[in-house]
Amino acid sequence: MRIEAVNDFVIRFANVNGTGSASANNMFSKAVFRMGVPVSPKNIFPSNIQGLPTWFEVRVTEKGFLGSRGDVDFVVAINGQTMREDYESLVPGGYFMYDSTKALPRDFKRDDVIEIGLPLTELVIEHYTNPRQRQLFKNIIYVGALAYLFDMEFEVLTNMVKDQFAKKEKLIPPNIQALELGYNYAKTHYTETCGLRVHRRDNVGDFIMIDGNAAAALGAIYGGATFVGWYPITPSTSVVEAFEKYAKKYRIDPETGENKFAILQAEDELAAIGMAIGANWNGARAFTATSGPGVSLMSEFLGLAYFAEIPVVLMDIQRSGPSTGMPTRTQQSDIISAAYASHGDTKHVLLIPCDPAECFEMSAAAFDLADHLQTPVILMSDLDLGMNDHMSRPFKWDDERKYDRGKVLTAEDLENMTERWGRYRDVDGDGIGYRTYPGTHPTKGSYFTRGSSHDEYAAYTEDSGAYEDNMQRLVLKWETAKSLVPKPQIKFRDKDAKIAAIFYGTTTQASYEALDGLQEDGIKINTCRIKSFPFHPDIKDFIEQHETIFVIEQNRDAQMRTLLINEFNVGTERLRSILNIDGMPIRARRIKRKIERMLNGEQVNPFTTAHSSGQEVEA
Amino acid sequence: MSYLRSSFRHPHAQKNKLGYTQANYEGALSTLCAGCGHDSISNSIINACFELSLEPHKIAKMSGIGCSSKTPAYFLSNSHGFNSVHGRMPSVTTGANMGNRDLTYIGVSGDGDTASIGMGQFMHLVRRNLNMVYIVMNNGVYGLTKGQDSATADLGSASKKGVPNMYEPMDLCELAISLGSGYVARSFSGDKDQLVPLIKGAIKHNGFALIDCISPCVTFNNNPQSTKSYEWVRDHKEATGKFDLVPEAAEIQVQNPNELTESIQLHDGTTLNLHRQPDSLDITCRESVLSALEEAKQNQQVLTGLLHLNTNSKDTHDIINTSSKPLNQMSESELCPGSDILESINASLR
Repeated sequence: MRIEAVNDFVIRFANVNGTGSASANNMFSKAVFRMGVPVSPKNIFPSNIQGLPTWFEVRVTEKGFLGSRGDVDFVVAINGQTMREDYESLVPGGYFMYDSTKALPRDFKRDDVIEIGLPLTELVIEHYTNPRQRQLFKNIIYVGALAYLFDMEFEVLTNMVKDQFAKKEKLIPPNIQALELGYNYAKTHYTETCGLRVHRRDNVGDFIMIDGNAAAALGAIYGGATFVGWYPITPSTSVVEAFEKYAKKYRIDPETGENKFAILQAEDELAAIGMAIGANWNGARAFTATSGPGVSLMSEFLGLAYFAEIPVVLMDIQRSGPSTGMPTRTQQSDIISAAYASHGDTKHVLLIPCDPAECFEMSAAAFDLADHLQTPVILMSDLDLGMNDHMSRPFKWDDERKYDRGKVLTAEDLENMTERWGRYRDVDGDGIGYRTYPGTHPTKGSYFTRGSSHDEYAAYTEDSGAYEDNMQRLVLKWETAKSLVPKPQIKFRDKDAKIAAIFYGTTTQASYEALDGLQEDGIKINTCRIKSFPFHPDIKDFIEQHETIFVIEQNRDAQMRTLLINEFNVGTERLRSILNIDGMPIRARRIKRKIERMLNGEQVNPFTTAHSSGQEVEA
Repeated sequence: MSYLRSSFRHPHAQKNKLGYTQANYEGALSTLCAGCGHDSISNSIINACFELSLEPHKIAKMSGIGCSSKTPAYFLSNSHGFNSVHGRMPSVTTGANMGNRDLTYIGVSGDGDTASIGMGQFMHLVRRNLNMVYIVMNNGVYGLTKGQDSATADLGSASKKGVPNMYEPMDLCELAISLGSGYVARSFSGDKDQLVPLIKGAIKHNGFALIDCISPCVTFNNNPQSTKSYEWVRDHKEATGKFDLVPEAAEIQVQNPNELTESIQLHDGTTLNLHRQPDSLDITCRESVLSALEEAKQNQQVLTGLLHLNTNSKDTHDIINTSSKPLNQMSESELCPGSDILESINASLR
């Protein structure tokens, strides 16, 4: 029995990294998108430059389920090193495409898999002479073959080649030739072989496709960031690269040719955030981007910014920890370390986007929030969101929008002030004092910024009362933050349902899909998507309204669950974890299976973890 | 506390071009030990800023952690100050300068703050050539933690504890010179005549300017076995030469016929006149300076004065072509590309 499906399957490309496969695989994915069919590509790559296995998974999903589904229906096996693993990963009835220049090993004899051999090496040797081209066009040839097998509109692909090489026209004919080679080979040899189809629909609306890091960078451009201090670290590097790309396009003064931005590659993450804090102290919006190891290094400075009340925006593109961990694999495992980063009593505002549109919006909002609250704001993205293309609502910007620079006194304000000004005095009752930028007024408004204990007038103090008052005022400010951060997205499938789920960030899409599936089976589960920290009081109400709440996240220690219990002091019994820590985006099918078994009363562990064979493991 | 200051000021105290007296440049009372070299350096900073007629609020005082890093509270009360974290003043100052290039940045650090915990940031600050004055109040010892050797303590030198230092010292001036700093000086807290002009020159220099200022710690490192004591430094220091700053259009002074005078034009039009003995060191040549520093060390001498000058260096903003209008003064209209452009970006992503 072969799998048959129209616009609903998962194809996995198994390649060697550094061979140009990612752009061919992206071309396939974008072609599906341009045919109006929702698509979700995931690049699963090694921490390496060249020669190691890399996979690219594309989910074709007419219904618009953009999370990872789990299981693979079609494999394009171009990498000899992982061929056996890839062969084994297929579900029964799946398709195995391979380079048939060399026969498959004899023990590849699953009778529930449809084999599709393409003599890729033979074809490139015959048609191309340049060795690099031979390598690159192998990839294009299989894309051409897929176009035939899936009955795709060939013209969509040829147009993409034309778009892509608009500035290098010479490359258009050989690329199209490669597409045709694959297409024609499949047409000649595999007329009725494949039961998977990609057919035109009108299901993508005005959506765009972009990675979360570029979206966050664009948000920083729109949000008025002028300075970036940074240190390269996967998977956050492309945030700053994208910021630079956009800044060079939109932030160079046409008259003077001068940059209305500055980017400095720092010597380490400590310096990176130190620079961002220095610029913000001066009233220039600045940020840095990093990942887990960088958050550890930045912790001391985050404490300074918290205590001295200096705005700063940090983008944490999380990856698998601890320590160096798996640098090119995804995880949501910095929740606690970011929320409470630094020694002493500290808490930080977190914003948690789930798609590129939110990366853009929350990135721009982070600068307003940081200025308003005079404190660090951390955007909690991750490798899956940051480095993969995602279908997303388009970006929007209101041209009337003014930046919220918070409570900043001008020279005139200082001149007209009748009372004595104190940098850390809470005159409005919201825990937020009035700040001045250096250089504002010749004789008024100067103060000393320090990480040591200070009184309302910013003077050093070891007076217990003054210290405690200041610490308690910071709690009041934290309360103020609760009304300013994005509210959770709460959806009731059934007002009387006693079962609920909480999730956030990149766990969102797969969770919704799993719960949709359960609803089809008659199980209604209400949902709360957390978008920020400090937690909104609605989240507590939501927890209290339900008897069983699945907290779905991608880390080992159930960090969001811990944070909820810690902040709300609510029922540890009712919050049940579903966790994924294999470095891959959490899969919808496995969430569904896990919830089914838990609701069934089975004693199962919380992990949806898989071996490379793709089978669920139970302890 | 080193001294009590009277609030009385001479009614006819000398005023500078802005009409300010020196009192306008003072800070809070020092809480350092009586006789601490750092207080003398603070006073030299006050003198330099007064003499240059700088607007105090256009100066930012930056520091890290340690005795030295406390001093910005003791000068320039009308300037904003930033007492950051240990060893990280360079990065905070870098960001601050990126945000507003129009302020004068005076960074104060110590030998622990710079040569140990902050060494990485210090070196990278020098190589980026950030436009700032960086004063190291160098006493060879950790004061606040009560007397441990620092990385600038000379081999064999002993602090109050009496145990000779076993490790090679860092020479911050040699480091700064080899990393391309265009203004490197060494001085002594007890030599105000030398130090004040050095600070003025450093402020006027466009780019990174280092003053490594030996500043004895009276409590932990002023004993006879220490090479950072008042007595030892007084007995062993040698100056490379002297210099003065001549503002534009000032009258040329009669020169000492036995001295060689070189006039060097600074970024803002000020002229710096270097006076030295004909056979003495050429401080514009960094190779000769580095060997002179090594030679002095072998002769148990501390070479002081302006050690190296290169006025052609580009500062960080010049290197990365930042707008001459400070970034912190830009508004939405200058920074936000707007909704039409966003729409075209959306279109390119379909």
